[in-house]
Amino acid sequence: MSLNLTGGLHNAGRYWLFAVPAIVVILAVIAFPWLFTLYASLHLMEPTLPTRFVGLNNFISLFRDPNFGWSLVRTIYFAFLSVVASLVLGVFAALVFHRQFVLRGWARTIFIMPMMATPVATSLIWTMMFHPQVGVLNYILTSVGLPPAQWVSNAATVIPTLALVETWHWTPLVMLIILGGLASLPTEPFEAAKIDGANAVQTFFYVTLPLLWPFVLVCALLRTIEAFKAFDTIYVITRGGPGDASETLNMFLYQNAFSYFHTGYASAVAIVFFLVVLVFVVLQLALKRSAT
Amino acid sequence: MNARKLFDRLGLTACVLLLLSPAVFFILWMLSLSLKNDLQNAAYPPIFIPSPPTIDNFVKVFAQSNFLGYLINSIIVTGGATALALALGIPAGYGLAKLGAKRTALAILIARMTPALAYLIPLYILFRWLGLLGGLTPLVITHLVITLPFVIYVMMSFFEGLPKELDEAAVIDGASKWQIFWMIGLPLARSGVTVAATLSFIFSWNNFVFGIVLAGRASRTLPVAVYNMLSFEETSWGPLAAAGLVVMAPILILTVLLQKQIIAGMTSGAVK
Repeated sequence: MSLNLTGGLHNAGRYWLFAVPAIVVILAVIAFPWLFTLYASLHLMEPTLPTRFVGLNNFISLFRDPNFGWSLVRTIYFAFLSVVASLVLGVFAALVFHRQFVLRGWARTIFIMPMMATPVATSLIWTMMFHPQVGVLNYILTSVGLPPAQWVSNAATVIPTLALVETWHWTPLVMLIILGGLASLPTEPFEAAKIDGANAVQTFFYVTLPLLWPFVLVCALLRTIEAFKAFDTIYVITRGGPGDASETLNMFLYQNAFSYFHTGYASAVAIVFFLVVLVFVVLQLALKRSAT
Repeated sequence: MNARKLFDRLGLTACVLLLLSPAVFFILWMLSLSLKNDLQNAAYPPIFIPSPPTIDNFVKVFAQSNFLGYLINSIIVTGGATALALALGIPAGYGLAKLGAKRTALAILIARMTPALAYLIPLYILFRWLGLLGGLTPLVITHLVITLPFVIYVMMSFFEGLPKELDEAAVIDGASKWQIFWMIGLPLARSGVTVAATLSFIFSWNNFVFGIVLAGRASRTLPVAVYNMLSFEETSWGPLAAAGLVVMAPILILTVLLQKQIIAGMTSGAVK
């Protein structure tokens, strides 16, 4: 018994050795920043002032700061639009790609390209396409008889427009996950629905969708986390503008940290932001556990 | 019945074309912008087909603004961060899989989900204090924040899927843990290594946020360089589109060549 125990420990020790270099690096580039962020969030840290301990003051002023509140509202609005749109389109795309058709492999390659393409480069092209006067999108709108849009130049349309870009980028991921889900579904319920004379729409809403629901929820959480973290596209296309109409949580954090250098305050933002994301991560893990 | 089948086929084809149109239109329009001169790019109504097409924009991009230097920076940063992540992450994934270290895996998953900006404040201060800002070292190190947890996560799930009997046979033959890893585990997990390497490369290549904060004038990676072009040449669309295309080209080629690995990597952790 005791021999076995030491043998087990000895074994475990050897396996930990494999992980030690990576864990040291992770502690350095991930854990150290977290400790520092925690420390900084409790201090007043400004470029021109001596650092001093202020307790929870940063958090208190954060919750009193209307800019923070509005950035949270904008983030939720942006996330809601882009998550719902990418889920609806992604499920639809998965149903289409689940069927057999010629050149399906190539069609799928083209379909997933937006997901892999460098966001800064795509944002650049989007910026040109959104141009209110000479942009190609307004040309298309007016040539089919619709009024031209202001896209990202108008405070009222900037968030929906950015959500459109986000949807374009991430619908392929939803499609892939749902496609994996479709492949794993049992065939019996579909045969039963066919025997009962259900049409395609009925089959979808009463059989396919309920069976797919766990996958849809996983996508919803994954997409929500990513939408909250969206940075590149917003930074390149609008830099938070016009005015502060597209200043999301991440942009608010960036401005405080690297435009104003309110290090302590920005660290408090980072912690609150992390906690918000953590809630979704925990929900996702709980969901995965209940599914298996 | 036949008419119905035909109708169904037509509907399916229409759906496929509709779904592909945003990506296809985007790629074609980007190509069109990059192959037209400035006069044609500023025309309204827009000119869709360049006549005659010109490669001037690409020539211009490489001739000015040290674009080649930024390309080399990107190759060093992405290559370095990917190679280091593989060297550290593959053995770590193996060890953690053998240990069944669920808590460590969970911590790594949470690290992956954390907003990147949260890491940047302390790392920026640290690198400034060390006098490393403006060089490539901070970029290689910070890119590990994205690549390393991903490699560990993917490799862990691959090694967990390997049959245990092989190890036991090797132990009986007197092989050490390292030999078992090197000669049995690693060759069997080769497809996992491809997945981890491909996605690490893409994530690092596409990364913008670390560069915008940490890169100096000489150490810009391609996404940062292209962004700077946007702020200085807002009216010159041709070179901008050409630069964007050059940045994206390696990723689009990888997507065509390694589609299976990319799909496996992107959906890993989502479905089990």
